[in-house]
Amino acid sequence: MLPDDLFAGVRATLPLLLGLIPFGLVAGIAAVDAGLSPTQAVGLSAIVFAGAAQLAAIDLLGRDASLAVVVLTAVVINLRMMMYSASIAPYFESFRRRWAVVSSYLLTDMSYALAISKFRNDSGTDRRWYYLGAAAAMWGVWQIATAVGALLGTNVPSEWGIGFAVPLVFLSLLVSDVSDRPRLVAAVVGGGVAVVGGAWPLNLGLIGGALAGVTAGAAVDNWGRDA
Amino acid sequence: MTTTYGPLAIWAVVLVVGAATFAIRYSFVYLFGRIDGVPPRVEAALRFVPAAVLAALVAPAMIDPGPTLAATVLDDRFVAGTLAAAVAWYTDDMFATIVVGLVALWAAGAAL
Repeated sequence: MLPDDLFAGVRATLPLLLGLIPFGLVAGIAAVDAGLSPTQAVGLSAIVFAGAAQLAAIDLLGRDASLAVVVLTAVVINLRMMMYSASIAPYFESFRRRWAVVSSYLLTDMSYALAISKFRNDSGTDRRWYYLGAAAAMWGVWQIATAVGALLGTNVPSEWGIGFAVPLVFLSLLVSDVSDRPRLVAAVVGGGVAVVGGAWPLNLGLIGGALAGVTAGAAVDNWGRDA
Repeated sequence: MTTTYGPLAIWAVVLVVGAATFAIRYSFVYLFGRIDGVPPRVEAALRFVPAAVLAALVAPAMIDPGPTLAATVLDDRFVAGTLAAAVAWYTDDMFATIVVGLVALWAAGAAL
């Protein structure tokens, strides 16, 4: 008998699938569009399992950026998960080592957001099963969506401009992240520097934009608190 | 645009990014009880990483500075990106954002 909390976790992901499925399809289509094989596209989803970082890596590989820039950009995008790791660690403490490792691997924006609100508000739930149900369901859907996207992608002519779906995904993630003034400043400065530095070598516009944006956001945040 | 990297380079990227991402995810779960958590200054900076990086990825794909302001604004990618941003803002729906953005890109490409 599988525990009820496992199914509760799976059910909790249903409203999120509307966002997850098109995102995964784009990750598959874009990978094939950039010259990756369907196997590599699915490998990326299975091993990295982080949509925004995957798309950034795909985008940069397609533009033949240096491998160091590809890796650095993807890793920087995923640094935010360090906050999730710190925030959820107390709830994983009672898990056995093996469960903690698997649970950590499955940690994403969505699984974190679902789990942390449940863990904080409901102590009667079996956290292990609930988390595993939610996170594994999202993992499975993500793999299937990427695979379908990769197979579809081989049949989509590049003149359709489907590659533009990649920045559109980033745009959608960006708009939902910009929830206050310091984040808006981080975005405007980061985007502005990246546009100005569009022709700089080694994708320094991207790295420079990211650094400038983080610095500007943190500065405005500090300034707002002191005032 | 298609990559000229071979399978070996691509799989190396997949494995290195995968390993680094796992290390990030597992970091504080592993360290729990050994250290206090993310130092406040680091946490303050981490909060702005998504906005800064995503904007740095999005903006050059949608803004191509032309010789004049009109040339910059009357660009099919800029028009499509602006419409999609409005949809993202009002609906918070990724699927709708992608569909409107792509349709707008095709329409603007035909019109401009």
